[in-house]
Amino acid sequence: MSKDKFIALKSTAVPLSMENIDTDQIIPARFLKATTREGFGNNLFRDWRFDPNNQPLKDFVLNDSKYFGQILVAGKNFGCGSSREHAAWAIYDYGFRAVISSFFADIFKNNALNNGLLPVVVSDQFLKRIFKMIEQNPITEITVDLQNQIVALGGEQEKFEINAYKKECLMNGYDDIDYLLSLRGEIKVFERLQTASLEL
Amino acid sequence: MSENPKTIFEKIWDAHVVKHAEGYPDALFIDRHFIHEVTSPQAFDGLRKRGIKVFNTARTTATADHNVPTKDQHLPIKEALSRHQVETLRKNCKEFGVELYDLGHPFQGIVHIIGPELGLTLPGMTIVCGDSHTSTHGAFGNIAFGIGTSEVEQVLATQCVLQYKPKTMKIEINGQLGKGVVSKDIILYIISKISASGATGYFVEYTGSAIRSLSMEARMTICNMSIEMGARGGLIAPDETTYNYIKERKFAPQGKAFDDAKKNWEHLKTDEDAKYDSELIFDAADIAPMITYGTNPGMGMKVTDRIPTVAELKEMSEQTSFKKSLEYMGLEPGSRLLGKTVDYVFIGSCTNARIEDLRLVADIVRGKRKASNVEVWVIPGSKQVETQAKQEGLDKIFEAAGFELRSPGCSACLGMNEDKVPAGKYCISTSNRNFEGRQGPKSRTFLASPLSAAIAAITGKVTDVREFV
Ligand code: SF4
Repeated sequence: MSKDKFIALKSTAVPLSMENIDTDQIIPARFLKATTREGFGNNLFRDWRFDPNNQPLKDFVLNDSKYFGQILVAGKNFGCGSSREHAAWAIYDYGFRAVISSFFADIFKNNALNNGLLPVVVSDQFLKRIFKMIEQNPITEITVDLQNQIVALGGEQEKFEINAYKKECLMNGYDDIDYLLSLRGEIKVFERLQTASLEL
Repeated sequence: MSENPKTIFEKIWDAHVVKHAEGYPDALFIDRHFIHEVTSPQAFDGLRKRGIKVFNTARTTATADHNVPTKDQHLPIKEALSRHQVETLRKNCKEFGVELYDLGHPFQGIVHIIGPELGLTLPGMTIVCGDSHTSTHGAFGNIAFGIGTSEVEQVLATQCVLQYKPKTMKIEINGQLGKGVVSKDIILYIISKISASGATGYFVEYTGSAIRSLSMEARMTICNMSIEMGARGGLIAPDETTYNYIKERKFAPQGKAFDDAKKNWEHLKTDEDAKYDSELIFDAADIAPMITYGTNPGMGMKVTDRIPTVAELKEMSEQTSFKKSLEYMGLEPGSRLLGKTVDYVFIGSCTNARIEDLRLVADIVRGKRKASNVEVWVIPGSKQVETQAKQEGLDKIFEAAGFELRSPGCSACLGMNEDKVPAGKYCISTSNRNFEGRQGPKSRTFLASPLSAAIAAITGKVTDVREFV
């Protein structure tokens, strides 16, 4: 399905300075029972956000009214663990459009990109600066400019890398599957040749 | 010296690229696609919306595993959402013509256990599944990796995924393992050395004499946990051990076809002068029975070691996560785990629920009785493993020891069904993840080998298995 286009974003951010945040924390397994893609945002970071009686845990940053916005800033190795795409759906459904970290787990990065959620990789130092600036002033706005591949806030900026193909997809709201479907003919030929070579 | 030396990984990858275009990811042809109830429903919906069929149903195999009860599997699933998910899988497989090994079928089981045991997993293949532990299949010398649901849809629709070629890493382990040390300890040791993100962006090849001496099942345990150090996948080049395992398996090539296939598989090795992007070497003699103390699989140590103190951490930036992790686990920095009381023992999961694992456990607990403070769940990886265990009388040994042998599924590995470790309780587990809440909200997990888990069941506490072997 084609996605919302992502060109640039300017927003305040929510800082989550933990490292190695795994997809089991992002969306615990017991919430993976749905058969559609909608509604996962309610259970985003469920066990960090709510106690067992469903009362919000006030120490957790998503429950802190100081912080809000469409950008999540997180410690390194974000999204490690399970391949559940539900993690990307939950973050998107909650209202985030970009996640900034110094390091993303591979599968999560793919899943995010496949769902119009932009993973922005910055240096460790810049990540530290971002955390610091948000902490000092929670209404600091961050600009994520995909066209020019720049993250900027408070007069500082850093260039980020993104693969040219993925960038094109995000900026145009295209999907991998559209591209693959255009190759179906070639794939059929490939399969026929492969089978033939095995039968030799 | 060959003209264009390649690693085994590159050979398999290159042979599967349907289209390579500058700046674009490769369209990689997928030989085998496994699906299960949790990560496939939205993918089938996608096909339906586009009005397309499954590209080649013969390459797709489904099973129900993540969500299923491990008791009374013949009855309808009690929990409404789980039942709905399994029913949705049934409906989808029927509508799209995909083979399903449903509950009660003699081939049902955890997806990464049934592929190899049915001979669906073969050397030289590309294999994907909407599950990160797809890396397990790499033990047969193939490229196997986990994908997300959008990619499941891509593979169903086109038999391809779009992927950038990862970098290659060689992990070589030489020498002989000490007594009481098994393949689970090797992989927990490696992850503790290189961290939970140490191989991100890489595809790993495991080599060395210690790997060569392992059985296929032990090799699967190692490849299974490649993802726990961030790797895209991990593989082991095939050899006689591999061919002997595959021979005469249900869906493997038979007779002359097998001999021909074997000739092809024998080329699947890294050329002598091929280069890896990264290389690591370990000595098997340095490895001891391992245990994790924290909330990611990189937080592991020798069972006799003490947990690091905050001051001993390599990177300052790890401090917050480290403290939070130990707080969650109810453990003190600098303390030892040896002698720590455990409440639950889980022997199961795609890491360690094959027949050899159950035999290891049975051997060490034979004639012994579990400690009164622990509850022990033994969950076979598949219906075939369960049947075999019963044929060998392992169920009787478990019963006498006070262990409960249940029916196959993922079970307490991720606690999607009823098998959850209660809040605050400690579980020594043969699975692969010790994340917060992985085995149930607020549960606390120690990852270890089946041997270490079995002995903890007997003593009721974290124990050095070497005292018993
Ligand atoms: S046993 Fe655990 S790790 Fe393996 S497939 Fe099931 S849930 Fe995933």
